[in-house]
Amino acid sequence: MQNHPVYTDNDPQTAPSTLNLGPTHPATHGVFQNVLQLDGERIISGVSTIGYIHRAFEKIAEHRPFYQITPLTDRLNYCSSPINNMGWHMTVEKLLGIETPKRVDYLRVIVMELARISDHIVCNGVLGVDTGAFTGFLYMMEYREAIYEIYEEVCGSRLTTNIGRIGGFERNFNAIAFNKLRKFLKDFPPVLREFQALFNRNRIFVDRTKGVAAVTAEDALAYSWSGPLLRAAGVDYDVRAMNPYSSYEDFDFEVPVGENGDVYARFLVRNEEMWQSMRLIEQALMKLEKEPTDIFHADVPEFYLPPKEEVYNNMEALIYHFKIVMGEIDTPTSEVYHSVEGANGELGFYLVNDGGRSPYRLHFRRPSFINYQMYAPMSRGMLLSDAIINMSSLNVIAGELDA
Amino acid sequence: MSDIQLVEAPPGVEGAGFFATSLDKAIGLARSNSLWPLPFATSCCGIEFMATMASHYDLSRFGAERLSFSPRQADLLMVMGTISKKMGPVLRQVYLQMAEPRWVMAVGACASSGGIFDTYSVLQGIDEIIPVDVYVPGCPPRPEAIIDGFIGIQKLVQTESLRRRNTPEYQKLLASYGIQ
Amino acid sequence: MGKITNEELLKKINEKFDQQITVVGEPYGLLTIETGREQIIELLEFLKNDTVLQFIFLTDITAVHYPETANPIGIIYHVHSLVNNVRIRIKVFLPAEDYHIPTATTVWHGANWMERETYDFFGVIFDGHPDLRRILNVDDMTVFPMRREYPLEDPNRVDKKDYFFGR
Repeated sequence: MQNHPVYTDNDPQTAPSTLNLGPTHPATHGVFQNVLQLDGERIISGVSTIGYIHRAFEKIAEHRPFYQITPLTDRLNYCSSPINNMGWHMTVEKLLGIETPKRVDYLRVIVMELARISDHIVCNGVLGVDTGAFTGFLYMMEYREAIYEIYEEVCGSRLTTNIGRIGGFERNFNAIAFNKLRKFLKDFPPVLREFQALFNRNRIFVDRTKGVAAVTAEDALAYSWSGPLLRAAGVDYDVRAMNPYSSYEDFDFEVPVGENGDVYARFLVRNEEMWQSMRLIEQALMKLEKEPTDIFHADVPEFYLPPKEEVYNNMEALIYHFKIVMGEIDTPTSEVYHSVEGANGELGFYLVNDGGRSPYRLHFRRPSFINYQMYAPMSRGMLLSDAIINMSSLNVIAGELDA
Repeated sequence: MSDIQLVEAPPGVEGAGFFATSLDKAIGLARSNSLWPLPFATSCCGIEFMATMASHYDLSRFGAERLSFSPRQADLLMVMGTISKKMGPVLRQVYLQMAEPRWVMAVGACASSGGIFDTYSVLQGIDEIIPVDVYVPGCPPRPEAIIDGFIGIQKLVQTESLRRRNTPEYQKLLASYGIQ
Repeated sequence: MGKITNEELLKKINEKFDQQITVVGEPYGLLTIETGREQIIELLEFLKNDTVLQFIFLTDITAVHYPETANPIGIIYHVHSLVNNVRIRIKVFLPAEDYHIPTATTVWHGANWMERETYDFFGVIFDGHPDLRRILNVDDMTVFPMRREYPLEDPNRVDKKDYFFGR
């Protein structure tokens, strides 16, 4: 980081004041506490305190069978839970050596990219709110509802989706889901275009964001940043492109990269990612037309929970249901690390398995947690109002931060 | 004719040029339609609250347009999301800072009972530290459910007697939480 | 996939750290090696600064607890070479009641909170860490909750009657 002036004057008239920002501050969008030393409006130093919603995910995961860990991953980054769900399923599939059919992969891509859009809608919309423009937020939130309606058709739930199962999906996408998806793809681009027109060249917005909290690529890498933040700093690291999972290698998409890592660059990168996500969804829809329409999970009865009506009427399904629920199926004793490109960065799952019903140890590499640790050091020398919009552009999700 | 609907008048005696009702009914009517909520949003339910406030569901229709982030001016504490043991004292402090009359709504399974997080770090329901008026189930509740809970609060506010906050029962309730 | 194979990577490491590392295996294609705490920082610095390897991205630091073994706590480093697109997993096992390991914050700033989290959960002391405090749990907590012997549920609860749960 560059050296900012440090004020050491002890005159009580100019002595630094202490400001407790959080944990329930309206501008922080979550429960983060920062104790800031201020010289006027300029931040001299800050100390971050986190853990206000620590829920012991990793400890719970040691006590739950694999398929019951999916609801926990929902609550990590709850703005884009499907990505977490899919990441977890793929980790287990990697451990168990399950090959998913192409159609499942494409359906997963659709759901994950929708989640990415909904996450960026929240982040960029709220960034607008923090710079004083409520309009963009209200425009965009309407389309987040549209995304949630698609989730509802797929899995019945809005926010904490618990979408999919190990090996695929719980049920097939219905026609309404596809119709809603097509409608979304038709309706959202004009809104996003208008949103960009509202902000990209807006004098006030540009003045508030450009050059604020600029981060060099070296600093970003030293702090292990990933996702849109790292890309805004100019490093084109995207897990989807570098280590493709879920057949991302079949798709044609670009990884948007910013120049100087400031708040404005992050905003632009996220907007561009939404366009790329829509491209991905459109391609996935085209690819799906060539796939058989009735496949929505891998044929792995020993790990994929059978539908309830079969459990009641079919002996084989009943046996598998019993075995899965009671954990009587052997799993390999091994360890696996799998990562997906979450909306905030590389979301990793480190799973140590001892062959039992539940993981021996499960560790989440949570991008928000790792991204946020730079917040206090980078706030040094910044204006207080800039620190606020810096926080909202970091898009730190408290659930993911504290696990 | 505009399509704006006015609230119905409380029961009372009506005649030419006058309308008489009891004071607490009139005050209850005014209070219930101008609640200032304090959103204490910590996690997932807070995102659903965001949806509740935004264009699609629009909580402002119920007179809760003005979110009060300062506890001093708030009437209704909406606790949304997991409250960990680290957060508990903060929540209690916020509650203590609110002026009477104050209402509390526990939104979601975590705030109501700890939810799926039966762990060493999570408070098993906020009613361990502060009294709660309305519980909203769900993990997270849909915006409709949050609105339903809000309407429940409105009903409580409407029918609350003006003397309730001075009764020995209420003092006893607060004392059971260690609040004077 | 990666531009250098695991064999080449292992050869490079062995040239410098012969006898000091042992290969655990390659589960799911991810080279896993084990080393001691004496040379872990040297190894990480070598991996980061070597002109060919360039493991510049610290993915993660965490720990695993195996209470029955002589060296119960293993610190797990995942490091990623963005240039070569290859990952490596390094394990260091610490002897019982002597959970000390040098800090990696001297190599990556980003190790700071990962190590604090590991300290918070497992009680591993990272020597030389600038600010080793609890991060997620309350400051006055006395146990390290992720160790296997500590229960998931709060043992102080009184409202949970065992007979409701069939135990």
